[in-house]
Amino acid sequence: MLRKLLPHPLLTLTLIVVWQMLVNKLTPGNLLLGLILGLTIPFVTAAYWPNRARLRNPVGIVAYVCIVIWDIIVANIEVAYIILFKSNANTHPAWITIPLELRTPEAITVLAGTITLTPGTVSSDLSGDGGALLVHCLDAPDPDAVRDQIKDRYERRLKEIFE
Amino acid sequence: MIVEILISVGLVISGIFGIVGSFGLIKLPDPMMRLHAPTKATTLGVGGALIASMLYFGLVEGHLSFHELMITVFLFLTAPVTGHFIAKTHIHRNETPDTLPPTGTSRPWASFDHPENEPAAKS
Repeated sequence: MLRKLLPHPLLTLTLIVVWQMLVNKLTPGNLLLGLILGLTIPFVTAAYWPNRARLRNPVGIVAYVCIVIWDIIVANIEVAYIILFKSNANTHPAWITIPLELRTPEAITVLAGTITLTPGTVSSDLSGDGGALLVHCLDAPDPDAVRDQIKDRYERRLKEIFE
Repeated sequence: MIVEILISVGLVISGIFGIVGSFGLIKLPDPMMRLHAPTKATTLGVGGALIASMLYFGLVEGHLSFHELMITVFLFLTAPVTGHFIAKTHIHRNETPDTLPPTGTSRPWASFDHPENEPAAKS
């Protein structure tokens, strides 16, 4: 019964918090409206969430976000250096294949998004069976090192969070 | 005074990365490389301006603003999607399975994978 009325508690909580941040003013009226939205939207859309993502280790998300933000700052400076000071003849763009150990679509989506957000790498395609990710690298003299870094830094942590 | 310096630093950083990203668009030679330049403008470029705005409203105007946080979240959710679309378009128009590295799995890259390669559906 409770599961039917509240099919996705985490989504409900997220919607309430997002609504408060959007109106930017914490009043009882806004809280009530957020609560109504948070209860209605998961109830109406429940049919479209046949299997929801399972989070095995939600605390790991905080650490993951911090690492990604730090990497974005570092990679930004590296790419700025490449653009400003390296001649085009000296930069070595490369396609890199990353074999995936992740299996859940949510985890692969987060990994692909992370790779695109860190400047210098863009995730471009997935193999037909979802077993490998195609990444384009702006400057990769050593493609294997980039692959190992992505696998060790992001994929391992996502595996702990999702699977 | 310190607050003003912090806000200015945020704005200057965002300006620098915005202009470097735009310059990269002109300087880099091919479409896939150009795709890397704007990712900078959407992360640190916008990020610097948003942090400055948050500091201004929180410390100078005296009321906490969460809109910047929401902009960051929505931007981080949507930026990879557009990047992926452009990369996909480039693959369809300019690449063949031979110019890309092998997948290492039994199936080709999704852009070149056809439905007839699909394993027979289990009934």
